[in-house]
Amino acid sequence: MHDLTTSLSEIVGHRYVATTPEECYFYARDPGLMPAHEPDYVVVPKTVKQVQEIVRLAVKENVPIVPMGAGMTLTGLTIPLRGGIVIDLKRMNRILAVNEKARYVIVEGGTSHGVLKAFLERHYPRLRHSIPDAPPTSTVAANVMIHGQGRLSQQYGFNSDMVAGLEVVLASGDICKIGSCALSPEWFSRGAPLPDLSGLFLGWFGATGIITKMALKLYPGKKMRDVEIFVTDSEDFIPDIIYELTHTEMVEDINIFAQPLPMLFKDNHHVVIYLTGDTDEELEFKRKMIFDALEGFIQRKDGGFMSLAAGIQHTLLEMPQRSASTFADVTKGGGFEYSGPIIVVDKYPHCARKLAELASRYDLAYNATARIIGRGHCMMFAFSFTFNRADSDMMDRARHALSEASEFVLSVGGVFWKPTVYEQRMILEKMHPQTRSLMQMIKANLDPTGILNPGNWEIT
Amino acid sequence: MRYGEIIHRCFRCGYCKFTSDYADFNCPSYRKYMFDTYAPGGRLWLIRAWLDGEITTSQRFQEILFSCATCANCVEHCPFGFSADLVNIFIAAREQMVNSGIVPPAVRDYLKNIYISGNPYKEPTSARGSWADGTPIETYHGQDFLFYVGCVGSYDERGKRIAASVGRLLVLAGVSIGILGHREICDGNEVQVLGESGLFQFLAEQNIALFKELGVQKIVTLDPHAFNAFVKGYPGLGGDFEIYHYTQLLAPLIQSRRIRLAGYNARITYHDSCYLGRHGGEYAAPRAILQCIPGIELLEMEQSGENALCCGAGGGNFFTDILGGGEDSPSRIRVRQAVNTGARILAVSCPQCAKMLEDASKAEEVDDRLEIMDVAEIVLRALS
Repeated sequence: MHDLTTSLSEIVGHRYVATTPEECYFYARDPGLMPAHEPDYVVVPKTVKQVQEIVRLAVKENVPIVPMGAGMTLTGLTIPLRGGIVIDLKRMNRILAVNEKARYVIVEGGTSHGVLKAFLERHYPRLRHSIPDAPPTSTVAANVMIHGQGRLSQQYGFNSDMVAGLEVVLASGDICKIGSCALSPEWFSRGAPLPDLSGLFLGWFGATGIITKMALKLYPGKKMRDVEIFVTDSEDFIPDIIYELTHTEMVEDINIFAQPLPMLFKDNHHVVIYLTGDTDEELEFKRKMIFDALEGFIQRKDGGFMSLAAGIQHTLLEMPQRSASTFADVTKGGGFEYSGPIIVVDKYPHCARKLAELASRYDLAYNATARIIGRGHCMMFAFSFTFNRADSDMMDRARHALSEASEFVLSVGGVFWKPTVYEQRMILEKMHPQTRSLMQMIKANLDPTGILNPGNWEIT
Repeated sequence: MRYGEIIHRCFRCGYCKFTSDYADFNCPSYRKYMFDTYAPGGRLWLIRAWLDGEITTSQRFQEILFSCATCANCVEHCPFGFSADLVNIFIAAREQMVNSGIVPPAVRDYLKNIYISGNPYKEPTSARGSWADGTPIETYHGQDFLFYVGCVGSYDERGKRIAASVGRLLVLAGVSIGILGHREICDGNEVQVLGESGLFQFLAEQNIALFKELGVQKIVTLDPHAFNAFVKGYPGLGGDFEIYHYTQLLAPLIQSRRIRLAGYNARITYHDSCYLGRHGGEYAAPRAILQCIPGIELLEMEQSGENALCCGAGGGNFFTDILGGGEDSPSRIRVRQAVNTGARILAVSCPQCAKMLEDASKAEEVDDRLEIMDVAEIVLRALS
């Protein structure tokens, strides 16, 4: 162990290598409910070359490596299940280039969403990216690695669909470029017109390689942004409401939330509709189209638009929304976790009812949050339970409720988003055998010694 | 431990590390070390583990705890309901460590020096007021304001020059001030934030008794750290005085032209002291002074006001130097931020900031093109 510490220090400098109990304690955990497992080393590299050398060393010594952005998945994807080296990438946080006319940005693997947002606002106010509601410290690369979603997912799909190129450090320590950047100085496409190889890395949680650079598509940043809430007291109306809204093509983002508290929220489903524009006229036109689309529901007394107080409007327009994090303290306990399956919109009512039932049975505070992806092709539905970190019984109840939610999701045709290792096993068990074999083949070829985030996507 | 009932409530979301627009990490110790353990969330999780016996009082944990600059960036940006107590929690954990008798040697030495010598420099008390020799500043005998200088202004060479500049300026403006000289006692702010609450109480009670004995009602401080102690720590111990930082007195005097300024052509950027800004809520007064000087172009750094990066002096680090050293030390980052504005002068309103940033400008080898000056020194230059 001492030799490896010395070798790592020679690569990144001794200040950026830790084997101390404090770092081992902290990096063994994430804010969710997965069991802790300590790393043997935590390193904080600054350059791609350092990452390459760390990987080569790890292969030589047969030591696991786990790449980490902010460690905010809540599902334990950066917990080093077999120990080894956690590579904290947050020092690799430079924004390398923007092609304004082609609308893409190239960032290093540890660049956070917050830093990218601030950079674009300051230097390219006509461009924006699909920022998630995860805390701003969450990294762009980790977010696409888990197929995250953001403010532009309703229009353009998963954030991983917006990847325009990758630079990956393979298990050999070599660099591999994915997309147009493999043969061109421009990073405008991750695949087409070539074979799209990005799927070898996206969704793999670092089990096939470490993203050290990536290009992300940017989109028009409008001058104005507004929000409306359409409320209905029946979950059964949601699929039709979403269908009508997405048909207008006037909407930036659509979220849905339902929760029992405060009391006025109980049994209601709030469809949060975001719209953007460069002028008042554009915004007003879009607003009219949206109101017209939902007019029928209003006429039938199946729902209506809520008037928004300035406070709630401000909360909803924040990017990222702080309230997504502060939900953790509803029970004054600092914790929440969600099973966030991707489902077809038709399954919203089933999931909403199941969530309320689980919360009641396990006596947990809950919140349903959904985000429409790709004009209604699917949605992310979060079974969110908040828990008190100082109450082990409540934490156990939350674990059981999440486990039941996972089983339910599979039964209604959903697919887990950023699955825990337990959910990964459920997926692999249910998956078509040839698909599983293909995944096994990919993993075996890209990580022949099995050192890349071992325990994840492990097919035996 | 005090606040023990809330430390488990941190979600470690990381908002606390940032500026309000997320443009950069703004926690000084995290900027230096870049392990999450040195960020507020990491500290909270480790304090909980420490109280639960899952980690020990190791040297590393001591460094993690005492490298906090108590700058309150986390207080400003944490989205949770307990955010106001974040720095208090770190101080409470330090108290627990101090009470157990295990602290970093530099912390132990600082506290010991205050206890034995009454100042961190081990200098004689009789020399405390010598900085005022040759100035028109008198000893306190019932003037309107007690001019409280503090340890850095009394003993540090750079601090002494600033104390004399501020004192001269106040006298010139016709403010009735007096100093305590050799009778001045450490205000205890750093003692308190380093976790020695008993010694802080002792110092505060001594000061309060002396102020009352002398009939002091209004105090103007040189150092924002003393300002903080008097405003936040003393009232609970019976010390209710009217407290000003010197920039708060000077600003209206300059704005009302009671001090006439000839002008000074310079591009200046201003560094907010954490204890005047985030802790004291005063961002406007120093800027108002600078903006009144004809010829000055005031340039803001990207991180300023409530988003200012701490120079790394706070939380006792000015004396313990746990957070100093290396190109990623907050003071050197701050100097680079100042250079990026194109300013030729980096203005401060705190002797600790002045010293930290002056040393950093030398380390960055930019001292030939970036001068570190206290606001009072700039005003004096504008007079002449």
